[in-house]
Amino acid sequence: MDFISILSIFVLACFVGYYVVWSVTPALHTPLMAVTNAISSVIIVGALIASAAVGLGSGGATSKWLGLLAVVLASINIFGGFAVTARMLAMYKKKVR
Amino acid sequence: MEHAVSVSPWVSLAYLVAGVCFILALRGLSSPVTSQRGNRFGMIGMAIAVITTLATHVPEADSPDVAHFMVPDWISIGEILAAIAIGAAIGLVTARRIAMTAMPQLVAAFHSLVGLAAVLVAAAAFLNPLAFGIAQVIRPIYGPDLVNILPVSRIEMALGVAIGAITFSGSVIAFLKLNGNMSGKPILLPGRHVINLGLLAGILGLIGYFLTDQSPWVFWTITVLSFVIGFLLIVPIGGADMPVVVSMLNSYSGWAAAAMGFTLHNTAMIVTGALVGSSGAILSYIMCRAMNRSFISVIAGGFGGDSGGGAAAAATDRPWKRGSAEDAAFLMQQAEQVVIVPGYGMAVAQAQHALREMGDKLKEHGVRVKYAIHPVAGRMPGHMNVLLAEANVPYDEVFELEDINSEFAQTDVAFVIGANDVTNPAAKTDKSSPIYGMPVLDVEKAKTVLFIKRSMGGVGYAGVDNELFYRDNTMMLLADAKKMVEEIVKSID
Repeated sequence: MDFISILSIFVLACFVGYYVVWSVTPALHTPLMAVTNAISSVIIVGALIASAAVGLGSGGATSKWLGLLAVVLASINIFGGFAVTARMLAMYKKKVR
Repeated sequence: MEHAVSVSPWVSLAYLVAGVCFILALRGLSSPVTSQRGNRFGMIGMAIAVITTLATHVPEADSPDVAHFMVPDWISIGEILAAIAIGAAIGLVTARRIAMTAMPQLVAAFHSLVGLAAVLVAAAAFLNPLAFGIAQVIRPIYGPDLVNILPVSRIEMALGVAIGAITFSGSVIAFLKLNGNMSGKPILLPGRHVINLGLLAGILGLIGYFLTDQSPWVFWTITVLSFVIGFLLIVPIGGADMPVVVSMLNSYSGWAAAAMGFTLHNTAMIVTGALVGSSGAILSYIMCRAMNRSFISVIAGGFGGDSGGGAAAAATDRPWKRGSAEDAAFLMQQAEQVVIVPGYGMAVAQAQHALREMGDKLKEHGVRVKYAIHPVAGRMPGHMNVLLAEANVPYDEVFELEDINSEFAQTDVAFVIGANDVTNPAAKTDKSSPIYGMPVLDVEKAKTVLFIKRSMGGVGYAGVDNELFYRDNTMMLLADAKKMVEEIVKSID
């Protein structure tokens, strides 16, 4: 992919984000932060690529360990973020009539 | 552009699907009814992204004999799976154990992890650019091969590491302040604006220079300077502005992910980064608007300590009325409608469960009970809503400022618990007040205002006296919020 296609995806996604987030009800702003936090850990993709690469160049070994550490951090966020969001959302109940 | 790793269209498609799942995850949050399905979409998207990456980046063992057959390196695979398992265990235990009142700290801590992960990934990409397909190998006639990182990738990588580092150190400070390990009072360094602007210019200059020189010192200096500026940016911001800070760091963590997505040409990361980035930005905007403060003035810092005890010892010689738990119980039982206004003080006193009990008892007496939430009540957006939900308050009894403000005139009792500045009528009338122009809840229009407060001495975060205390229709209930509510519950028969 060339830079311009990537930039197009990014700019359009910003607009999607803008409209989607405005439609989020203020009562759910805390779960919104928790879930955005979890999904921003998609950065784990980069961490996995780094930890899977072996034997390329002198920086390869360091790079691999940095990647593995990043995998741990991102996993904390992914599992913790989704779990805490699920826990919060389960508490939102309607009035029992 | 040449890539070391050729990308199959199916792989790109899988990342795109993951990105769409993330959009649906946020879309689900438009209503509590669809929110849990939304969260599941998020999990599915993340699973797709992770599995796709794992499947397309299987570590290979060095086996020159069988050049055409891929031999998986089981040790590396084991290490990766172990890393995921460790993270999962820590994350799940934390998520289960954390108290709902500690949610702002937890979110700040999670942001710091995203920031640090971004720094690590950027560093890994810098050290081993060939693995990420972002470098060209130049074979000069003399001397060793040169690995040249592509110019666009250098910029993206440098931006990723800078934003990641700022997110990390900023979130650590925010965490320490929210968790009470560090005073919530703004810490003002002399000449901080000059220092910050100088650092920012330095970082931008180095990112530009990185284009011409990919030496390690450039990369690491950018990283270190960004850590420093993240620290300096958050230190001067006071406790009351924390909702803005937490939202802002949320936004940064998204931009960091997006920058790394540019580096890796990964659609899922770019879409997610853009979503999270705009989400945090919108939340910051909503928070600033709710305080009638500009984003710049929040960033500049210095507003709102943790306990505004210093400001002019409030004019306590003015007459005010004190009530007891019995008085409060009596007034509310007779009422047709009671509107409860919770604030950060309710969270500190952990009074949400007692409050819901009070609401239930009042409902048994035929009283209509509603909750009014100001956007900046608490330490993060939606903080009060989560606490009330935890205490089993149905969400259709909880209203936002603009939906309930017109109802105070028809309300018999407004019950203010742990909130202060967001109820101060001076915001509407007193042009000299520091909170003038801030949208507030019109509690003074209710027939009676019951105001729970520890003592008459302290003032709100903005350090201003509240006009509300001295009004004829206000009754002050001076006690710890939780104890007072429990006593009121006992007094309602």
